[in-house]
Amino acid sequence: MSFSAENRRIADRIVAQYPQSESAVLPLLHLAQSQDGWLSPDGMREVAEILGLEPAQVFSVASFYTMYLREPAGKKIISVCNNISCMLQGSDELLERIEHRLGSKCGHSTSGGEVYLEEVECLAACGGAPCLQVDGEYFENVTIEAADSIVDSAMRGERPEGGKGLPSDFYSEPLGAPSIPEGLGANEGEGS
Amino acid sequence: MTEVLLTRISEPEAWRIDRYKELGGYEALAKALKSMTPEEVAEEVKTSEIRGRGGAGFPTGVKWGFLPDVYPRYLVINADEGEPGTFKDRELIEFDPHQLVEGTIIAAYALKVNWSAIYIRGEMVLGAARLENAVRDAYGAGYLGKNILGTEFDLDIVVHRGAGAYICGEETALLSSLEGQRGEPRLKPPFPAVEGLYAKPTIVNNVETISAVPHIVNKGGAWYASLGTEKSRGTKIFSLSGHVNRPGNYEVELGTTFRSLIDDYGLGVRGGNKLKAVIPGGASSVWFVEEDLDTPLDFDAIAAAGSMLGSGAVIVMDETTCAVRAAARLVKFFSHESCGQCTPCREGCAWMYKILTRIEEGAGRSEDLDLLLSVGSGITPALKTEGRMAMSEVLPYTTICVLGPSAVTAMAAPLRLFREEFEEHIRLGACPKAAGTGITTQDRKASRG
Ligand SMILES: Cc1cc2nc3c(=O)[nH]c(=O)nc-3n(C[C@H](O)[C@H](O)[C@H](O)COP(=O)(O)O)c2cc1C
Ligand code: FES
Repeated sequence: MSFSAENRRIADRIVAQYPQSESAVLPLLHLAQSQDGWLSPDGMREVAEILGLEPAQVFSVASFYTMYLREPAGKKIISVCNNISCMLQGSDELLERIEHRLGSKCGHSTSGGEVYLEEVECLAACGGAPCLQVDGEYFENVTIEAADSIVDSAMRGERPEGGKGLPSDFYSEPLGAPSIPEGLGANEGEGS
Repeated sequence: MTEVLLTRISEPEAWRIDRYKELGGYEALAKALKSMTPEEVAEEVKTSEIRGRGGAGFPTGVKWGFLPDVYPRYLVINADEGEPGTFKDRELIEFDPHQLVEGTIIAAYALKVNWSAIYIRGEMVLGAARLENAVRDAYGAGYLGKNILGTEFDLDIVVHRGAGAYICGEETALLSSLEGQRGEPRLKPPFPAVEGLYAKPTIVNNVETISAVPHIVNKGGAWYASLGTEKSRGTKIFSLSGHVNRPGNYEVELGTTFRSLIDDYGLGVRGGNKLKAVIPGGASSVWFVEEDLDTPLDFDAIAAAGSMLGSGAVIVMDETTCAVRAAARLVKFFSHESCGQCTPCREGCAWMYKILTRIEEGAGRSEDLDLLLSVGSGITPALKTEGRMAMSEVLPYTTICVLGPSAVTAMAAPLRLFREEFEEHIRLGACPKAAGTGITTQDRKASRG
């Protein structure tokens, strides 16, 4: 991979937001992943180059965080919370059902690469337990029936209905775009 | 219910800047910047006696007072909410992001900070977008950037997304992560207020703490301090989950009892079932039982009862719950989230999880319970083996941060409370409550009507 011209411009603006450029490692890794769908070694090398860091340092940082996919995953990602409050509301049964319907196990993608299923820690939606996310969109109080229809939509490559909303439903700016609008920063030109 | 921070949450689209302003938003900012000095704002916060809402309950005004006269200094908002059972910060951010942005600007003014970051959990995709857009709109309105509201005050706020690591909620790990490193905690002292981001003085505060600041400025510290109890002022949002009829975030005056929270707000234990236990302050807290429910929601009262208020996550478990399974699930979490720096935590958590799993699966050995406690004492040497556990037993600890000690609590509190149930698992080679949580998702929906 390499950053598209547009993303490269965004990357430079992200770096300029921080008092020290190394702080941009996580946001640039997010940007690389959002462009390619996963975080390739080349993507990490490019992030290192932009920030003037050793690639090994960026690899080490990326490996610490579970959201960075260092292998291509399924086209859609279903993340099921299996922590305490969700467990108390039946998330184990839910996970089993989803595995069964997908025909693939947690931590794997379906054979056609349609869906990657993962178990995640508390998603901070315990009031709506059991809950899960599909590509980052929350689904709460998920029943077995709802899970079936979520799985079926995801397998067809569609966005399941009944979710709590995605950034694109509300905003035109992509997630992770710089917080500081161009020309309005207080510390402009003072970064290192 | 006494709603201060949650007042706007049910208002349609309160996350939009125009709606927020219609509902009184950014009035506190104008008041602070135009009619108060930074010192006066800090003084109001001190007068409010608000204690940090992120878990430790440290008085915010006192923490702010620790900043040495060194510049630049930074303000970092902790929006990494990951303590199992806690979901208040996500709602505050998704439904009222400008409240947090306004609080951050006012706090930065009081602290003489010109650069601030809001570190938000990576999984909170919608929340992050809400915040990014709120910040952009605040720039557009002249609330951020150079010469805010025509004053000499300049400030940038950057929304910074985490990437999936619970430990980054711990303030020093958060700062490591914000510096572009692995999220590994650092030894304290030095505390971040003295040596934080880029080794500069840094205040780290929770979302809920900072979201209270506009209200404190608007109505005065004394007003805020008139709510709650003597040592626990104000209101606090409690995230109620588990086996209650109506889970949710409830903002109440501190001093309300657990019983009232569960019965009056949560409408009681589901299906009229008997209560088994309550995790009163997030996964890291010592479990409560029925007889503890008259304890007021107050930092000191809960501590005196042997547990902690923590992040305000109250997890209710009814009589169908298997204590071994619940303990195993909590310890699994800590084991998975250990950053791996300290051997007692890295090895100890994994070991405790392995033992708990084999007990749960019916392959436990008779010596396993003592073994669990002994592994725990490798992390927290003062851990006792009998009687109800008290939070004070996790001091001292052999690790850099308290993640490892939290896992010890998650194991030892249920083990010592329900030792017979653990023994029965080992004796029977199976769970006496065979069906585990005892209910499937469908049953639950049916029982809810
Ligand atoms: C393992 C661990 C995880 C934590 N997670 C969070 C968190 O998600 N959010 C938070 O605000 N504080 C968290 N804390 C507490 C922070 O270290 C810190 O005390 C807090 O952010 C200070 O803000 P406050 O004074 O406003 O409470 C955590 C602490 C530990 C030890
Ligand atoms: S336990 Fe599942 S969202 Fe918190």
